Amino acid sequence: MAASAIGCSRRWFRAGNFNFGNVAEPRCWKSLVLASTFFRSASKTAGKQNRDVPWAAVVGLEIHAQISSNSKLFSGSQVQFAAPPNSLVSFFDASLPGTLPVLNRRCVEAAVTTGLALNCTINKKSLFDRKHYFYADLQAGYQITQHRLPIAVNGSLPYSLCTGKNQNELVSKTVRVKQIQLEQDSGKSLHDDTGHQTLIDLNRAGVGLMEVVMEPDMCCGKEAAAAVRELQLILQALGSSQANMAEGQLRVDANISVHHPGQPYGVRTEVKNINSARFLAKAIDYEIQRQINELESGGTILNETRAFDYKLGCTIAMRDKEGKQDYRFMPEPNLPPLILYDAKSLPTHTSHLQVVNIDQLQEQLPDLPSVKRAKLVERYGIQPQHSFTLLNEDGLIEFFETVIAATQMNPKKVIGWILKDVLGYLKQYNVMVEESPISPLLLAELLNLLESGMISSSAAKQVLEIMWNGEGKSPTLIVKEKKLELIRDQNELEHICQAVMDGHQKEVEAIKKGNKKVLNKLIGEVQRETRGRSDPVSVKQILEKQLLLQPTKKNP
Amino acid sequence: MLRASLREISAALKEGQVSPVELCQKYLALIKATKFLNAYISVTEDIALKQAEASEKRYRKGQRLGDLDGIPVAVKDNFSTMGIETTCASNMLKGYIPPYNATVVQKLLDQGAILVGKTNLDEFAMGSGSTDGVFGPVKNPWSYSQQYREKCMRNSSTSNEELSWLITGGSSGGSAAAVSSFTCFAALGSDTGGSTRNPASLCGVVGLKPTYGLISRHGLIPLVNSMDVPGILTRCVDDSATMLGVLGGHDPKDSTTVQDPFHPFQIPNITDTSQLCIGIPKEYNAPGMSSETLAVWSKAAGLFEKAGAKVVEVSLPHTCYSIVCYHVLCAAEVASNMARFDGLEYGHRSSADKSTEALYAATRREGFNDVVRGRILSGNYFLLKQNYETYFIKAQKVRRLIVEDFAKVFSSGVDVLLTPTTLSSAVPYVEFIKEDNRTRSTQDDLFTQAANMAGLPAINVPAALSERSLPIGLQFIGRAFCELQLLTVAKWFEEQVQFPVIQLQDIMDQVDAVSQEEKSASFP
Repeated sequence: MAASAIGCSRRWFRAGNFNFGNVAEPRCWKSLVLASTFFRSASKTAGKQNRDVPWAAVVGLEIHAQISSNSKLFSGSQVQFAAPPNSLVSFFDASLPGTLPVLNRRCVEAAVTTGLALNCTINKKSLFDRKHYFYADLQAGYQITQHRLPIAVNGSLPYSLCTGKNQNELVSKTVRVKQIQLEQDSGKSLHDDTGHQTLIDLNRAGVGLMEVVMEPDMCCGKEAAAAVRELQLILQALGSSQANMAEGQLRVDANISVHHPGQPYGVRTEVKNINSARFLAKAIDYEIQRQINELESGGTILNETRAFDYKLGCTIAMRDKEGKQDYRFMPEPNLPPLILYDAKSLPTHTSHLQVVNIDQLQEQLPDLPSVKRAKLVERYGIQPQHSFTLLNEDGLIEFFETVIAATQMNPKKVIGWILKDVLGYLKQYNVMVEESPISPLLLAELLNLLESGMISSSAAKQVLEIMWNGEGKSPTLIVKEKKLELIRDQNELEHICQAVMDGHQKEVEAIKKGNKKVLNKLIGEVQRETRGRSDPVSVKQILEKQLLLQPTKKNP
Repeated sequence: MLRASLREISAALKEGQVSPVELCQKYLALIKATKFLNAYISVTEDIALKQAEASEKRYRKGQRLGDLDGIPVAVKDNFSTMGIETTCASNMLKGYIPPYNATVVQKLLDQGAILVGKTNLDEFAMGSGSTDGVFGPVKNPWSYSQQYREKCMRNSSTSNEELSWLITGGSSGGSAAAVSSFTCFAALGSDTGGSTRNPASLCGVVGLKPTYGLISRHGLIPLVNSMDVPGILTRCVDDSATMLGVLGGHDPKDSTTVQDPFHPFQIPNITDTSQLCIGIPKEYNAPGMSSETLAVWSKAAGLFEKAGAKVVEVSLPHTCYSIVCYHVLCAAEVASNMARFDGLEYGHRSSADKSTEALYAATRREGFNDVVRGRILSGNYFLLKQNYETYFIKAQKVRRLIVEDFAKVFSSGVDVLLTPTTLSSAVPYVEFIKEDNRTRSTQDDLFTQAANMAGLPAINVPAALSERSLPIGLQFIGRAFCELQLLTVAKWFEEQVQFPVIQLQDIMDQVDAVSQEEKSASFP
């Protein structure tokens, strides 16, 4: 792939003149707020200060995805989130001397599947290495990883970015995937500062991880966040990882540098352990801005490891010991090379349980998010950006398709009700799709009432609100109880329209003078009068008819 | 009966000539009587007696588990034994009780073997004397043999026992001494650079290092994972085949064991020696070799020649680089393997509690001896990013050349290589400790470590007694996974040389006297 295709047009400028000196202090939260306001006026500010040379940022990601498997990468211990501390620890996980790693086939398959989904070349032979460092939750004193020859290389991850005023313009981007390597997770340390002790939980120690290394093809937090989101959806579609960031199944390290376009890349820093989707873009943008500020105020960037502090909203340099060190890599002597097969090289005499067949895994790949989106657009005629929203929310596609199956309404109209109204409620109250008080079947029933002309669209919204707050009553029942059916009686409607016209003489006059727009106000008044029970089309017709019949007042 | 081979005692047990409990008691008594050898770190008397009782019940019911049922064996103290302290002769693991059995230990127990104890070694098997463990040096039983003592008496300068007692070689010195002094019928050692063959040679017993990948390492506390192989120490070649039959084969817990099915075998008695081709690697005629060893070696070659075998001089041109290369790879893996001993999960933990780093440092300083720490230091140095190419990668390349050396020789028609096992026979402890561990290992592993580098099977067979009446052993190196061929040659040689039995009459009589008094046993 040509590198130029990946270029980024975003330009960064110095954020402002405030002091970033001691980032560990709480005031740096304020700085971030200031910084974000300065983004918008950046070019103006920079221009005034004669610093109009823009900055470009370069962002690369290393993403650790926990493999979804019953047992750990090299031991038979179960994998389970939030189990009692140290309840899922085999002798190997506790690094008892003499224990040996035995590779979990399921983890290998997960990595191969992920590699295939990310358009990687799968290495038929890959190797394991030991990476050494002392840390309390690294029980063996080394991590088994794939340093020399990883399982998958040279892939790519296409993703899309919503841009434009209303975030409804889609821009396609691609980030190159350098490699995917299998490795062990570490345990967890719990530091008890008052008791001056560290507690270790080895439940997570040895759980299989896929480290996905992405080339520095991104240029801002938003792009990185979009790429990570796409990866997350792919992993979830494959089932190779649950990729739940809140449960630590997806952890992001970002390599960040800034430079002036046309000049060599700057010194990069690594922001470690960004474990929240919400803060991913923020952490990266903060670091970019910090580097720009540092450089513009005559400072230098150190090749260091930094952590993002969620509470303070800034990145902080980590202590040296946790940062750069010599890992003294060495081949893992207890694991023979990992050999994978394809249909051609498959040994005939070996049981299929003992070999991993790349071709077979390729055939079994499920639809990836991009394919799912294309299918949604094609099948239902919805907008591409709507397909993104549908995929982005867990369970929303199923919700949408259940509604479609149970309603006569055109999917293009249905999508609006789901994305604007239902999703609006869900977001506002932070509720998951599957926990929605408005079930897809009840929504379909409501949309059918609307579609068949039983109720007006504004009445439908009222019903929807009642459904959101209600106890699962059917929309038909709500309509009946609240008497929200459209007024079918033409005389009654005419009567109401007349009353409205009588009460709004000024408006009537305006219309008659040719200001047709004012008619909408009258329609609205009728709607209010009828609590949404009138069909706007019929009302418009009646009003127009009555306006013609009514004699025009002579101007004095 | 005590001097019987494993096969003989197995037959005697089957016939009911001796009971497992009697046998076990006798052996435990012998272990007590030879305590001064320091061959055992822990003697598992209670467990052994219980196992013996269970075995006896099986025999009574005619439900023998296998050839080893009721037979006392010993295990080097770097194999994990469930519920039994496993120390690696190090402060670091004093008091460490593994919750699981090494696969080889489990296989022995599954056969009904009686575990009488855990044998002494150099700390973490790093050494060639069995002198550098935290429980003190192992004494070579030959120091107390009538053969040697008589020679010492004639030479007044070595008649002082304190000055004349000999080292066993190492690092499996405890196992070799145990087999040699009749306190077990067979013992497990480990062999990384010669740790089974070297003490076997100095103690006059058979020491087999099987092909890498034939026997599971699961539960063996590693020295160098890519070279470690459980070793087998026995009093004759047939016994090592019996043990190999029990221990060999794929283990799902050790991914480096081969998948191919392993077939236990008995060694055929007669070999058509005229079909045999013995290779004599000329590079093994190294400076520092004693003239006696050289003489025994060439005599052995002559023996084969006389019997009609083809004896050819061969070249293993990279032999001289082997030991240096071994040291680099060994140190690197040691540095890595020892990283787990941080005092957190198990083993020694220092009381230093200023910080986690301080705890690590103090724990490791207190837990490891100088030899171990020296290897960790150099290993980490070799693995540093700036040194990795120069040392580790280069050593790996040399290792490849050494492997190719052997491959070429074997593909040229040579069946088995014949070499010395050590430069000379056992030396007195006072002499041995004049040199440091590193220098000693360099000299003592000279002939043995290449087989580990290449993963080949090799066996020490006692060949003759020296001028001072000390054992001199020779080594046979075979093709990978061709243990049958290797042991067949070794057995033929063993029969030819008729190596004398160690005379430990004083000790044996003592035990016999005790048991006579107790009237607890009557041996035919």
